[in-house]
Amino acid sequence: MTFPTADRPGVIDAVPVRHPWRWVAILAIVVLVAMMVSSFVTNERWDFPFAFQIMQQRPVIEGLWLGTILGTVGSMILGVGLGVLIAVMRLSDNPVLRGVSFVYTWFFRAMPRYVLLVILGVGVAFLYPRLDIGIPFGQQLAEAFGWGWDLTFLQVDFNALSSTIWIGMLGLGLSEAAYMAEIARAGILSVDKGQSEAAQALGMSNGKSMRRIILPQAMRVIVPPTGNETIAMVKDTSLLVAVPVIVELYYQAYQFGQRAFKIMPALVAATLWYLIICSILMVVQTYLERYFGRGFGQPKPKNPRFGRPAGMGGA
Amino acid sequence: MAATDTSAPLVHAVNVTKSFHDNHVLQGIDLDVAAGQVVCLLGPSGSGKTTFLRCINQLETIDGGRIWVDGELMGYRERGGRLHRLNDKQIAAQRRDIGMVFQRFNLFPHKTALQNIMEAPIQVKKEPVEEVRERAIRLLERVGLQDKPAAYPGQLSGGQQQRVAIARALAMRPKLMLFDEPTSALDPELVDEVLAVMRELAVDGMTMIVVTHEMAFARDVADEVVFMADGVVVEAGPPAEVIGNPKHDRTRAFLRRILAEQG
Repeated sequence: MTFPTADRPGVIDAVPVRHPWRWVAILAIVVLVAMMVSSFVTNERWDFPFAFQIMQQRPVIEGLWLGTILGTVGSMILGVGLGVLIAVMRLSDNPVLRGVSFVYTWFFRAMPRYVLLVILGVGVAFLYPRLDIGIPFGQQLAEAFGWGWDLTFLQVDFNALSSTIWIGMLGLGLSEAAYMAEIARAGILSVDKGQSEAAQALGMSNGKSMRRIILPQAMRVIVPPTGNETIAMVKDTSLLVAVPVIVELYYQAYQFGQRAFKIMPALVAATLWYLIICSILMVVQTYLERYFGRGFGQPKPKNPRFGRPAGMGGA
Repeated sequence: MAATDTSAPLVHAVNVTKSFHDNHVLQGIDLDVAAGQVVCLLGPSGSGKTTFLRCINQLETIDGGRIWVDGELMGYRERGGRLHRLNDKQIAAQRRDIGMVFQRFNLFPHKTALQNIMEAPIQVKKEPVEEVRERAIRLLERVGLQDKPAAYPGQLSGGQQQRVAIARALAMRPKLMLFDEPTSALDPELVDEVLAVMRELAVDGMTMIVVTHEMAFARDVADEVVFMADGVVVEAGPPAEVIGNPKHDRTRAFLRRILAEQG
């Protein structure tokens, strides 16, 4: 290091650029926020105390847990699992599997969730009050030949299932799988071809290379949009009423508002719960992204011994 | 599975052909590599040497000819006078004994150096974890990276990554190692550390097929040098002959250009 002398410039001590418009913007925002707060406080129709009360009502809390949260978890598990499977099928060498996955994605992306839920909840129960799963035409054959067993393996009582959260999860999950399939496919395709070649060269089967090498790396690309999908799903559980499933946050909060002739506080109560859940989900997403991003980009040192890429780039 | 014949070459390739659409990349390659031998494949880019290497462990399927590794026909089984294509699992089993090192390393970026090395022995060969870990640590020492077990590939230099990749291939205890331009993607100052590891391997008696442009390596280490151009073997023999005293014009032109580059 050389030190400044009379003719060699030293440390820079310059006047920074002024930002007068920042101050204007701050001022404008402060005024707007103050106006909003004042209306919250002075307009009694907001009735925040009542909104907080509704938030804590047992039916609302139950709707939150058993409808909104359980519904989101269930349909996302189905959606992600089935979506990854469909993506793998879409990318397989088997033309039959490719076709099936294309048709699936086509159908469920074109299907509005609300309509799908009505069909599953009402339509299917009307068509098949009892679903018999067995050999095609087994019952007719059994009748014609007088067999004792009618070749039915499994019976599902749809009438009993029709307005439960299970049908809601099924509908939302099937629909979600179509979107997740596209997300997973993009993730799988984002992994360098050299990775599967390296796995193959080590003697891994295709399935093992997919599970151990490709998918974990694809997760880095899959997780952020999946977080989006999960947050969207939290809100789409309010469609469960189409099934109809009424143990669900929005419906329950709305009922309270209607009974008390205070709709607005009920909507505020539901909004606040949705905001809280989605905020928690965003935190979870951050951690997931960090986990699946390991080995990529800037290392975040956990263990100081190996944290620094010592010796990298030589002297 | 055919019994191993000690007198037969470890790699026995006969009349191997391969086309990508209208591009005839390999036009009848013959090559024998005895156990313990080091063979360097030289030639201008597009001559088919990398494709041929990839054909040996079936990253590419061949259109014609046969390749045997350790007496086993690669990719097919002969039954009733006809060839039957092996399925994915059988092909994966054939690849286990063949290590491969890639130009672009292809380490698994989501796994540490040690995990990269341990992955295949545990997952493919189902060997006990502790035994594999010990071997992996010894392999890291062998390639001079004993202080980097927990480093992710992204934290290692190119030369270090390639050395981990060599250790990863060795962890499967292969009979044969294939190197596909292992130093071509490296900064010049990192080439030697990788070549040093490869020299040691050769001295230890590993059978190696190396696609390379490193003439000094080929001259010093190879038992046989094969010069390829346009999908055929132009010239093959001991390095002193092929590099020292090439007979073909194409070999001479290639060597003149590449030796001028490498000084």
